[in-house]
Amino acid sequence: MTIALAADERRAGGFTASSARSIGLAVLRRVGYAVGVLWGAVTVTFAALHLKSGGIIDAIIGQATVSPEVRAQIISDYALDRPWLVQYFDYLGHLLRGDLGHSYNQGMDVTTAIGDQLAPSFELMAAGVVLALVGAIVVALLTANRPRWIRGPFAFLEIVGVSVPAFWFAILLLTVFSFQLHWFPAIGSNSVRGLVLPAIALAVAPGGTLAQVLRDGLERALDEPFVTTARSRGIRETAVLVRHALRHALMPAITIAGWLAGAFLGGAIVIENVFSRQGLGTLTVGGLGRRDFPLVSGVVLIAAAFYVVINLIIDAVYPLLDPRLRPVAPTTSGPANAAAASITSTTSPSPSATGADQEGDR
Amino acid sequence: MTPDSGTATGSGTASLEPAVRPGGSRTLVDVANLHVRFRLGRRAVDAVRGVSFQIDAGQSIAVVGESGSGKSVTARSLVGLAGRGAEVRADRLVIDGTDARALPERRWRTLRGRHIGFVLQDALVSLDPARRVGAEIAETLRAHRVVPRAEVDARVIELLREVGVPEPEARAGQYPHQLSGGLRQRALIASAIAADPALLIADEPTTALDVTVQAQILEMLAARRRAGTALLLISHDLAVVSQVADHVFVMKDGVFVEHGPTRQVLDDPQHSYTRQLLAAVPVAHARGTRLSPQPGGPVAQPRAVVGDGVVLAARNLVKTFALDGRRTLIAVDDVSLELRAGETLGIVGESGSGKTTAARLLLDLERADSGTVEVDGTAWGEIDVRTSARLRQHIQVIYQDPLSSFDPRYPVRKIIAEPLAVTRVSRAERRTRVLELLDQVGLGRDVLDRRPRQLSGGQRQRVAIARALAPRPRVIVCDEPVSALDVSIQAQILDLLADLQARLGIAYVFISHHLGVIYHVSDRVLVMKDGRIVESGDVERVFREPRHEYTRGLLAAVPTLDGAALRPPVEPRATVEPQATSVADNEGAVA
Amino acid sequence: MTVTPVDPTGLPPGGATPGTQVGTAAATRGRWSGLRVSRPGVVLSFAFLLVLLLASFWPQLFTGTDPNAADISQTLRGPGSGHLLGTDQNGRDILARIVHGTRLSLWIGLSASALALVVGAAIGVAAAQGGRVLGAVTDWLLNVFLSIPGLLLALLVIAMLGPGTRNSIIGLSLIFTPGFARVVRGEVMRIRASVYLEAARALGWPRRQVIIRHLVPNALGPVLILATINVGGAISLGSTLSFLGLGPQPPTAEWGAMLSSSRTYFSVAWWPAIFPGIAITLAVLAITVAGQFLQARLEGRNAR
Repeated sequence: MTIALAADERRAGGFTASSARSIGLAVLRRVGYAVGVLWGAVTVTFAALHLKSGGIIDAIIGQATVSPEVRAQIISDYALDRPWLVQYFDYLGHLLRGDLGHSYNQGMDVTTAIGDQLAPSFELMAAGVVLALVGAIVVALLTANRPRWIRGPFAFLEIVGVSVPAFWFAILLLTVFSFQLHWFPAIGSNSVRGLVLPAIALAVAPGGTLAQVLRDGLERALDEPFVTTARSRGIRETAVLVRHALRHALMPAITIAGWLAGAFLGGAIVIENVFSRQGLGTLTVGGLGRRDFPLVSGVVLIAAAFYVVINLIIDAVYPLLDPRLRPVAPTTSGPANAAAASITSTTSPSPSATGADQEGDR
Repeated sequence: MTPDSGTATGSGTASLEPAVRPGGSRTLVDVANLHVRFRLGRRAVDAVRGVSFQIDAGQSIAVVGESGSGKSVTARSLVGLAGRGAEVRADRLVIDGTDARALPERRWRTLRGRHIGFVLQDALVSLDPARRVGAEIAETLRAHRVVPRAEVDARVIELLREVGVPEPEARAGQYPHQLSGGLRQRALIASAIAADPALLIADEPTTALDVTVQAQILEMLAARRRAGTALLLISHDLAVVSQVADHVFVMKDGVFVEHGPTRQVLDDPQHSYTRQLLAAVPVAHARGTRLSPQPGGPVAQPRAVVGDGVVLAARNLVKTFALDGRRTLIAVDDVSLELRAGETLGIVGESGSGKTTAARLLLDLERADSGTVEVDGTAWGEIDVRTSARLRQHIQVIYQDPLSSFDPRYPVRKIIAEPLAVTRVSRAERRTRVLELLDQVGLGRDVLDRRPRQLSGGQRQRVAIARALAPRPRVIVCDEPVSALDVSIQAQILDLLADLQARLGIAYVFISHHLGVIYHVSDRVLVMKDGRIVESGDVERVFREPRHEYTRGLLAAVPTLDGAALRPPVEPRATVEPQATSVADNEGAVA
Repeated sequence: MTVTPVDPTGLPPGGATPGTQVGTAAATRGRWSGLRVSRPGVVLSFAFLLVLLLASFWPQLFTGTDPNAADISQTLRGPGSGHLLGTDQNGRDILARIVHGTRLSLWIGLSASALALVVGAAIGVAAAQGGRVLGAVTDWLLNVFLSIPGLLLALLVIAMLGPGTRNSIIGLSLIFTPGFARVVRGEVMRIRASVYLEAARALGWPRRQVIIRHLVPNALGPVLILATINVGGAISLGSTLSFLGLGPQPPTAEWGAMLSSSRTYFSVAWWPAIFPGIAITLAVLAITVAGQFLQARLEGRNAR
């Protein structure tokens, strides 16, 4: 649900583009917009720091104990003795230099702290994403438009998957498979075996949503006349599904990809916590407990950047999937005139609506 | 076509089939007592209830019927695509020598495309919008290994050329939305005939098309047929099938009520339903007469005397829309018109001609850039809100799709009463007026508490008319009011409008793309093209002696019931298509 | 954020091909296959929601035990005699704590969703009515908030305001606000472009009447359905915050907090790990099923 308006924006921008140059401009605009969103996220975290009850200096220090010298150092580093506007630009300046601040609890720069924990989190998320994607696509393809006894149970499982809180599902897996059955290591193991349960716990909720959206899209696509046409050519049902329907079903799925990315990130935070795994989540929750504000805001910014990049990719993928979203090259035969006529057609009854009732004939 | 139970084996058919059938006629399709039932949960619907027919090689036959008659399901049963939840039963269902009853899906696939090509209406949705036109055509070629892999691309181009697509190399690389309606339909047909099937089924192949393009597609199908392909044409339009088919089956409620050689069915219909269908077509000879059978009802009287009072006048209307910063579109360009009490002014034009924008200007739903609209002598724009609300009582509107013009939450009772609520008519008065209006539009009281979704298309349009009548307007703007309706329902609605005009003296602005309808209802007519009025005048004069070249082209393209032979294409038409193409090429840009 | 996104503006143009297909296919979907869940499932869901409602107002109906009565001699007793669902590490009755925790768990979900609805609707209406510049600015602002994953946004708020029930509600509502804003804006714009609104204008209604009579009531349906589904999401996320120790503080009986306080004992006793989680899951499930059912019904009504 996150990129809908970005898509609208792209439609408006993309369609009026009528040459390679304006396509380039459109790309530039897109990137510019992404930077704008990121800047907004930065501002939000800055505002959060300044709206916080209590002194900013205490927020920065958190629960670490520092000497008065260090305290004075922080005040001058963050320009805390200056007007807030100066502080703001100072903050932006630090960020532009790739400096996310210093975590006094961790005793290291936020960049370093996050960098150290990036790999295990990425591992978990990659495993979860693959699991959710493959599972959802397989389930959707196998159950779309199938009889109730096949479709029903899967639909039910999906809705359960969507509803069960990830952290509790992780606890459930842990209790059953580690504490009771001893099949998998319980705590803290970063081995491949130790990745199984966390990855499953992470994949369940987004996977359930994705399967719902994909099947819905597939069923809608399978009702389209072009599918009937494709079948009337004598091609295999697998070809109908994969070649014709899946492509259309992917569109709504991609629309929620940005939201899914956030779901995976949020899920990873909690699940790392439950399994006591190394990673960003454990770092964040730990930082939160010690009121480590620079660390938390650093993680927030990284996540926002992640989201923005995902959405840029989505924007690029849309036109690949649906040619109707591609910019139109100008025609040689009087483009102004041609476009003119087609605009009118949107305000007058479309000829296709004329035959609308015929389709109901069965 | 040799119907099993019928006597009309059609000498005409035989005479139209010269000796191109070595070894006697090959029977492509042999169906006896076909039944199709749909199960939706606990409900069962019998869509087809025992039809029998045969199609021989090289024949051209048509099944004609209205929505829900079962004609599409019958056609789809022949390719095993009757639809989800369909149970197909038949005493005999033989497709090109194969018994197709209980045929496994795998065997169906060898028949589809190879033995029977299938064309659905409106290629915009019948071709996969995400795939190139060429790939869609190649799919048929590859599925049946018609030509070696290496030659597929060349064959695609060849096929496109065969169906009359100009610049086939370029077109094959384009997507459906980049082509005009006519070219799209041609490409769809190319994909259906790619494996050279002996039978081509076309389900409403021209329904979504403008009349000039329709004529071209029909000519193409006729050419296909002359080349030896058998045709099964499914249509709601008798005039369309009469151009191409030599044998017609009339279908109603899942059975054939009548069949025979086309001329015979058209000239001497035996079944009352066929007669009713023919009478319902608003063609020249039916002008000013009743289209629908209404026992006991008076035949529409001669029109009420046209009064002198001008109830609606528009002067030099111009309306432009900004496309993007630089370009603008002139949707309505210097349009003037006058409407007198009790008369009907027809506005005719193809899609994109600006007729609907003109209607919106008349209704003050859109404000013109320049020019004035006066209703009952008062111009929109120079008046305050309250006066304007009162003025709106005098001019009402009926839309093409009544359902979308009703608040989805409202029951019929509330829809019809809404205009009265605007003028604060008392609750009791409203109730009596609603009942009175129901009577006027021929609806029973049982619809009062139903939602529009539960009504049929005709009933919905009657509700819309009742709502428009409620404030006793002087003018009703009808924007394609019958375009979405079946011909017999269309006939009833047109008759109703005529009766109401005769009784209440309402003036209509009647907008339609359908020349037959316009001719039937109008006193005077405006022909619009690209936002301009290209011709106007008394309806008889315009239709009998069209002065503008565009009007002549439009009239020539209209399929009529008389003259089964397709007229030779008019010369200027050749230029229409490429032009239309460039229009559609940019359609995506603003859609 | 374990909600299926409901966003009319979110449908890409490719999903719904513009075209002529109406009638049986669409109607059939609305009536039969469009419902993602079976009818008995819907009935059960509404029944369970009723039970939850009763439990939050009259917990005494379901248990006579004091949820906070600790008994050192009864720690970590398994389910069975005396304690139906067992006891926790302090010897408190788990069933009693679940029943008494219902009210707070539901309250967190409900109030977060309601707060998000009010704020989001205001933003959405402003964005829809306020012209291009305001629309673009709101759009940007919503994207900013959407760019931060839901849980992190809540964590940021709690980092700012400190842990606790109230602050976790504020954090949760912030997660759902952009969704409401978008749906409201999308609905308003969709209805404003509809033929029936134009028809209402043509009847002579003044602008305000058109809004009151047609726009608001028609926009309300999808928004309330989103609110319903979001209550489920908010309960789920709320329990997550509580589990992380950021919501209601001990010894308050709340489902997520129950899991949090006994997590050290999960390796030796499964019941304190399982039962509160089942309560959360069933509550969210019931709300999601109910929400999707309402959604399917509304779509069925509006489908052609």
